[in-house]
Amino acid sequence: MKHFLSTTMLAIAAICLLFSGPAQAEDDTIKVGAILAVTGGASFLGGPESRTIEMQIEKINANGGIHGKKLELILKDSGANPEKAISFAKQLIEEEKVFAIVGPSTSGETMKIKNICEQGKTVLISCGAAEVIVNPVARYVFKTPQKDSFAVKKIYMVMNKLGIKKIAVLAGNTGFGKAGKGQLLAIAPEFGIEVVATEVYDKKATDLSAVVAKLMANKDIQAVVNWSIVPAQAIVAKNMRQAGWNVPLFQSHGFGNIKYVEAAGVAAEGIIFPAGRLLVADSLSADNPQKDVLMKYKNDYEAKFQEQASTFGGHGYDAIMVLAKAIEQAGPDKEKVRDAIENMKNFAGTGGIFNFSPEDHNGLDIDAFAMMTVKDGKFVLYE
Amino acid sequence: MTAELFTQYLFAGITYGIIYAIVAIGFNIIYNTTGIINFAQGEFVMLGGMISISLNPLMPLPLAIGCAVLLTTLIGALIEMIFIRWLVHPSVLRMIIITIGISILLREVALHIWGEGVRSLPYFYGNEISSIDILGAHVSPQVLWVVGICSIIVILLSLFFKFTPLGQEMRACSSNRLAATLCGINAKNMVTLSFMLSAGIGALAGCVVSPITYTQYDCGTGLAIKGFTVAVLGGLGNSMAAVAAGLLLGILEAFSIHIVPLAFQDAISISILLLILFIRPHGLFGSSEAAGLKEF
Repeated sequence: MKHFLSTTMLAIAAICLLFSGPAQAEDDTIKVGAILAVTGGASFLGGPESRTIEMQIEKINANGGIHGKKLELILKDSGANPEKAISFAKQLIEEEKVFAIVGPSTSGETMKIKNICEQGKTVLISCGAAEVIVNPVARYVFKTPQKDSFAVKKIYMVMNKLGIKKIAVLAGNTGFGKAGKGQLLAIAPEFGIEVVATEVYDKKATDLSAVVAKLMANKDIQAVVNWSIVPAQAIVAKNMRQAGWNVPLFQSHGFGNIKYVEAAGVAAEGIIFPAGRLLVADSLSADNPQKDVLMKYKNDYEAKFQEQASTFGGHGYDAIMVLAKAIEQAGPDKEKVRDAIENMKNFAGTGGIFNFSPEDHNGLDIDAFAMMTVKDGKFVLYE
Repeated sequence: MTAELFTQYLFAGITYGIIYAIVAIGFNIIYNTTGIINFAQGEFVMLGGMISISLNPLMPLPLAIGCAVLLTTLIGALIEMIFIRWLVHPSVLRMIIITIGISILLREVALHIWGEGVRSLPYFYGNEISSIDILGAHVSPQVLWVVGICSIIVILLSLFFKFTPLGQEMRACSSNRLAATLCGINAKNMVTLSFMLSAGIGALAGCVVSPITYTQYDCGTGLAIKGFTVAVLGGLGNSMAAVAAGLLLGILEAFSIHIVPLAFQDAISISILLLILFIRPHGLFGSSEAAGLKEF
C-alpha cells in the first residue's frame, strides 16, 4: 500500500511538472540565452560575466520582472571554443527559441556566430572587444565593451604629452593581442609615433626576461606597450623592472583586473592603461552620470561574490541591462526590442554612456575610456 | 651582442631550463619504476603551488611549502592506489590514457577549488623588482633559489637511488621487475613510492617557481609538454641527463630570441624534439641498447 501510494504521488508530480513547465515558460517568461566562456582560457572574462548576468536577472525577477514577465536565463559554457559557440547559438535560436542572446565573451566566438544570429533574426549583445564585431554593422548584432582603436588612441595621446616618439610593442598570440597589435601599428603614424620593435609571445608564456633583455638593448625605445589579456601582463612588468629597465610601460584595457596588479606586486606601480571607470568608481565626482550605476554594481557584486568587480563583469552587466531596458521600452517583441536598442540614447552603463544609432552598434565614444595608473597597489586615475 | 646582454640571455635560459628539468625529473622517476609517462606530472607542479599559496596566510612560508609538498605527496600516493595499483598487466597505451584522464580530473578539481585567477607565492627574498647584479646582468634572487633548490633535489635524488636500500630496490624494479619480485621486493609498493616521490618533487618545484611563473589551474599542461620534451631530449629515465638537456633547451630558447622573433620560441623547442626523435630516439645522453630493451 505504502509503495503504491508513493508511486502514485510520483506519477502525479511528474504529470504536474510535464504540464506546468512549458505552459509557464510560454506565458510568463522571456527566455534569454547566454553563451559565455565560464571555463577555459578566457574564464577570467566569462566567470565575472556569468556571475554578473545571473545576479542581475535574479534582481529583475525579484522586482516582478519586466511587464510582469520573468526573465529565464539559459546559460551555455562555451569554454572560449568558437565551434561550441556556433552549436550553442544554433541550439538557442532554433530549439530554445530564445528572445535574445548575450555574449559570447570573446571576439573570435562572436565573429563566428554573427551571421547565425543575423539569419535567425535574434538580437546578439556581445561582450567581445574587437571592433570588427560592429564594423561593418550587422542588423541584430551589438556589443558593450569599448573599441580597441579608442584604447590605442588614448595611449598615444598620453605618449604625445610625455614626448615619447619611439616605442616597442609586445602582444600575446590571442585574437585580442593580434587585433590590438594591428591597431597599434596602424594608428601610430597619425600621432607621429614610430614602432621600432614588435614581439609576439605565447599566451602561456611563463617568463619573458630574455625578450625584455633584447628590447632593452635597443636604446631608442622610450616606452613599451603590452597588449594581452593573460597573466603575462604581470610577467612583462616584473621582468622589465627586474632588469632595471625603467621606461614607461603601457598596457591594454585587458589590464583592468586587480588580480594582475596583485600578481605583479610592486612591479605594477606606474603602469599606465586605458579602462572603463568602474575601476575608480569610488573616486569619481558625485555629478558623474556613471557614478550611481558603477557604485551600485560594484557594491552588489563584491558583497555577493566576495571578489573585486572587474570591467569584464561590467560588460556582462551592460549587455543584460541594455536588453532589459529595451524590453521595458518596447515590450516583448523581438523586432521592436531591436529598434529600441538601436535608438537608445544616454544609457549610463559601467562601460560608459551608451548612445546607439543605426551606424554605431557599440554606442560608446572615446571618453568611455579613462587613463589609469597603479599607485600603492590600487587603480587610480592618471593625471 | 654585448657581454652584458650575453649573460642576461644566459640567465634567462638557465631559468627556463631548470624549470623544464625539474618537471622532466618527475617524469623520469615514474618512468623508471613503471615504464610509463605520467602525463599528470604538470598537475603535481600546479597542486604544489596552489596548496602552498592557500596555506601561506596561515603559517610561515617554509612550513606552508613543507605542508604543500607533503599533501601533494599524499595525493600522488592516493592517485596511484586508486587508479594504477589494481591494474593487472596494463598495456602502455592504457596507462597513458589513464594518466591523461587524471591530469584533466586534477585540473577541473583545481578550477573548482581555486577558480580561474592567477596566484603566486611571495618572493622568498626581496620582492618583484629586486635583482642581483651578476657580471653586468640583472638576475632576480628567486632564480638563484630555483637553481639552488633544483641542484639540491638532483644531488639528493642521485644519492638516494645509489646508496639507500630503498633507492636500490626502486632501481631494481626498473631494471627487471620480475627478478626484483623474485628477490622479495614488493614492486607495487615501489610504484606507489615513485608516484609519491615525483609528486613531492613536482610540488616543491611548483612552490619555488610560483613567484616567477605564477600558478593557475591550467599551468601544468604547458610545463608538462616542455618537461616531456626535455625528458626525451636527455634520454628517458636519466635525471642528470634531464638537467643537462633542460639547460641546453632553455639556453637555446633564450639565445634564439636574439635572432628570430619571440613567437618562434616554441617552434624551436618542438623542432629540436623532432630532430632528436629522428636522429637519436634514445635521447642525447641515453644508450640505444638500453632503450632497445624497454617496452616504451
